[in-house]
Parts: sequence; C-alpha cells; structure tokens
Amino acid sequence: MDTSESTEQKQSVQGRRYQTLEFTYARSGDQDAGRVARHPIIIVGAGPVGLSLAIDLAQKGQKVVLLDNDFKLSTGSRAICFAQRTLEVFDRLGIGEEVAAKGVSWSIGKVFFKDRLTYQFDLLPEAGSKHPAFFNIQQFYVEGFLVDQALKDPLIEIRWMNKVVGVQAGGHGPAIVEIDTPEGPYQCQADYLIACDGSRSSVRELMGKESKGRVFQDRFLIADVTMSADFPTERWFWFDPPFHPNQSVLLHKQPDGQWRIDFQLGWDADPDEERKPDNIRPRIQALLGKDIEFQIAWASVYTFACLRMDAFREGRVFFAGDSAHGVSPFGARGANSGVQDAENLAWKLDLVLRGLCPPVLLQSYCAEREAAADENILYSTRATDFITPKSEMSRVFRDTTLELAQDFPFARRLVNSGRLSTASHYSRSTLNWATQEALFHGGIEPGSPALNGPIRRFSQRGFIDAWLFDHCKHGFIVLLFLSSKVHSIQRTDLSHKVSSEITHLGSKGWPIHLVEVIIENLDEADRQHIDNFGSSNVDQKDVLRQKYQASSGTVYLLRPDQHVLARWKMYSDNGLTSVFQKLRELNE
Amino acid sequence: MSSEYLGQFKFTDGDGFYQALIDSHQALSLEDSHRLNARLVLMMANEIGQLEVLKSILIAARANLTQL
Repeated sequence: MDTSESTEQKQSVQGRRYQTLEFTYARSGDQDAGRVARHPIIIVGAGPVGLSLAIDLAQKGQKVVLLDNDFKLSTGSRAICFAQRTLEVFDRLGIGEEVAAKGVSWSIGKVFFKDRLTYQFDLLPEAGSKHPAFFNIQQFYVEGFLVDQALKDPLIEIRWMNKVVGVQAGGHGPAIVEIDTPEGPYQCQADYLIACDGSRSSVRELMGKESKGRVFQDRFLIADVTMSADFPTERWFWFDPPFHPNQSVLLHKQPDGQWRIDFQLGWDADPDEERKPDNIRPRIQALLGKDIEFQIAWASVYTFACLRMDAFREGRVFFAGDSAHGVSPFGARGANSGVQDAENLAWKLDLVLRGLCPPVLLQSYCAEREAAADENILYSTRATDFITPKSEMSRVFRDTTLELAQDFPFARRLVNSGRLSTASHYSRSTLNWATQEALFHGGIEPGSPALNGPIRRFSQRGFIDAWLFDHCKHGFIVLLFLSSKVHSIQRTDLSHKVSSEITHLGSKGWPIHLVEVIIENLDEADRQHIDNFGSSNVDQKDVLRQKYQASSGTVYLLRPDQHVLARWKMYSDNGLTSVFQKLRELNE
Repeated sequence: MSSEYLGQFKFTDGDGFYQALIDSHQALSLEDSHRLNARLVLMMANEIGQLEVLKSILIAARANLTQL
C-alpha cells in the first residue's frame, strides 16, 4: 500500500507506535508446572471485546488469563464508530478520556441520492450528555489504549502467540484448553472460558458450533484514505451517486487526516481485481474530484452476513462479540455490541466466582445479549435490504422513498442507510425488579441503561462540576434522590436508613455503594442551604430529576453494568435487601 | 387550500412497515407486484376515507413526480 512521508507526518506518534507495536511471546509458568494449571477465567482473543472484559473483571478483583494467537494490534482501521454507550463503558474501564481526546466526534449524517442532498439528520444526544453520539477512531487506537490499561493491571496476564487448538468442555469439571505456542503445546483448565476471538472464532469451530444466518450477496470495497480535504466531520451516505452509479458509497472522518470510504461493488465484482491499488485509486479519485491528492493507508474487499450462534453459552464456555454474532457494518453495531456483551458478562462472572450468586445468573447473559443480538441483526438486515434492493419493485420503492424524502418528512425517516447503535434495553430480563412501576410515569425502566448527567459538588471552597457516572464505576449503585425543599431532618433520616441497609448488604459481601443526588436546588435562595448538603452531588441543571422522574426519596438500584435493576418511587424498608435476596437465590 | 399535504411522519414503526411492504412483494412477478400496489393504494385510500385528504395526497404525489 502507498505510504509517503506526508502520510507519516500526519499520523500521530502514538498511532505509529500502535501500528508497529509487537508484543513478545514469553514462556508462562503453566508450561513448566508439571501439572495442568487451573484458572478461574481464561479469555481468548485480545481485541476490543476480550480486552474490555479482562479489564472489567480485573477491576472487580478477578484474575484473568488472556490468550491471543497474534503479537500485534489489529491492522487497518476496521471498527471506527464508537457509540456513546461504549464511551461510558470505556470511562469505567479508564480509557474514556483517551478515546475522547483522540477520536473525532460527530452527530450529523447526510444522505445523498444521485447528485443531490436528500436530507440530513442530527444524532444530537439528549440534554446533559457527557459524550456525543459517536466518536470515530481507528480500532488499533482503542486496542492500544486497552492493552496499555491491561498491562498496568497485575491481575491480567496476556499471553501473546498462544493459540487455542483444542477445547474440552463436556463434563461437569472445568474446561480443558489446549494451547499451542512457538515452544510447543500445553494445557490449562478454566472454570470459565470466554471466546472473544472474532467472527472466525477458533473456539467456536473447535467446539463444533456455528454462527448461522443470512449471507448477503454483495461485495464492498473498504479503503482508509489519507488526505487533506475539507469535508466536514459528518457521516455522508450516497445512494446511486454519479461518481459510482447504481451503488452506494459511505464516507467517514477518522483521526490523523484519515477518511474511511466504503464502496458497494455488487456481487459480480472480482475481489482480487478490486483489491489492487490501481483499481481502487480511480474509484476514490472519482469521489474526491481530480485535483485532490490522497494516499491509500489500508484497503480490503469484504462481504458480510447477519448471523448468530443459537446459544452464547455451552457449559463453561461463553461467546462474546463477533464470535457470537455478526452484522453488516451499517449501523456500527459490531464492536459496540461486543463491548456491551463484555460489560454484561463481567459482573455476572464476578458475582458467581465470589459465590454471591448461583451460576444460573450467567444464563441471564445469554437471555439479555441474545435478544440484543436479534435486535442488532434486525436493524442491520433492514438497512442492508434498503441499501441493496433485492428485486425490481424493491428498488422502485427504495428510489421513490429517496425522492419523496426531498419534500416530505415522513419519507426521511423511512430512508435507511443504517440505524446507528444505541444502548441495549433489557426490558424483558428476568433479573428486573419491577414492583412499583405503576407509580412511575416515565423515567428509566428496569433493564434500561441508566442515564448520565451533570452534577455539581459544593464545598466551602466553591464547587466542582462533574458527572453522575464518575460515581457509578464500581459495583452496584444505589441512587438516592433527595429534595432540597424537604426539611433537612427528614433528609438525614432517610439517608441514614438507606445507608444502613447498604452497609448491611456490604457486610454480606455485596459490592454496593450509595450515591446521593440533591434535586430541586434551582432557586438562588436555596443555595444558602447548600452547606447542609455536605459533599453531596447536586442536580444543578434539573437534568437528573427529569431523566429519572425522581422526587424526594426516589431510589434507583443500578447493576454494575449501569443498567437499572430496580427502582422505588419512595424508598421502602428492606426493598434493596429483597432484590439481593432474589439474586442470591436465583433458580432456573 | 385547507388541506395541503404536509407528509408528516405518522407510522408507529416505519422501518417495520417498510420491511413488511417489501416482504409482501416477495416472489411476485413484476406484473403481480403492480397489481399488489394497485390493491394497496385502493385499500389504504379506503382506510383514509376523506376525499379532501386523498385529493391533497394525489396532488402532492403527482406534483413531485413531474419535477423529477
């Protein structure tokens, strides 16, 4: 591929480092132990999903062995669109700031049909959000930040050039993993083995499992192009443009002066021919115009399928990310859903390994994430069918929708160039505790992801502006909303009741923390009371009260993955205890 | 003109409808697809019912067709 000095200059030092980084194989103690070593958790695959899972588990105190068959980060940009929810997970894992600093944020998408702009959308996040709808950033940066973070954690042991060549997980005992290395094979036992080894998962294959679904008969050319063009930082999607007739094209900005371009080629295209730089260049030049200079940093021709495994679990083996499910790239639902798989599984494995919950808790990973995969596949399939009509009449409807979109609002919302990834809602999860739903008219239902918002912390020296999620990083979180308008004795009384219940649960081993939020502190006159709040978080902009539909005494219990587990309009004695009792006694 | 067609989005699930529409044409010949469309127009028009509304849609659909 072309690389020139100007390309090199535009890439940051860090980017170059990550692209050339090589990890070294090191012999592990397990290879000389004389007996088969047993590990509570072995993760296969050091991609975004495996690394996120490893860091999450280690932060909870679990020891993790992470096996990777390679010794480098991913080449080329691959996944580039990281969604708001993923950034919230990354904040919890400690790399959110780095991704936000390096990434290119965007919220505007433009859709063109033939030679004109049909409409544009703005994925503006709701008021009081910390992150934009999306950050674009090359996958190798995300992997690099995650690897740097993982290497700092003594509970994580990454074993490069350790390739899984056999898995026995039939019996009641631990899974037996056969691993090949440059120095020959060895075996390990794992209480839990998690396959995060991508769409061509070797663990899945070794276990004789399949990921099944619909393979789309279409080919796409994907190219990362470095140039100094003045396209805005927006997602541009063309249907049937003059420079690439009858097909679609997608343009996206990335860091380091790089642009992602996707050309639909059709099923008849010859992938080997299309991959040649001499054939790629004219396509890109036609899009950019003849005067723009560019270099191709990476290119590939791909097909895709929407598929998933029937079950994301087989005994002690779990599948997460692309190994478990696959979607088309329109919608940014690949890496984003994989990271959500990881955060869903991490806390459940932790609680089971600590003996706080029975292993059946892990079944909820399958129920919740299989439903999420179905949703992703549905959205992705619909987008793909819109982008590539399968019949003449289907194309007539597609083109007519695009024509109507110019004039009529209804048609704009039917145009489907990809419905972009948002957080999953586990509204049907059996874990949800919904006893007071009739008392809420809105807010955040059990199973749905909690929402972030700005908070202000006052002290005698002034105040600090922060985010609610800064305090929701570890364990279960009890959000207790207290109104500044309620008498301070009442407030203190409630606060004591809740915190003593939490202390009691904590003494039984549950990782649980209280976060108090002072609401209705809007009037200037009320500020005088601030001293009474101590170091509480104040919902200064009235964002959290509205998002949570909270009044004084409202309690939300968040799972460690920040999804709502239970809520009470008004705190009820031992309500929290009942939820944890249910978790402890879960059965089939 | 009290009944100019504005084309506001009214679907409860637009993507779901679009998929169902495309699915309903599956495996039909082009001729049969046209017949299906004609049936759909008549049946949906009956559901709308109001002549003034229907006329405004007819005018809007036609006007935008001649522009292209």
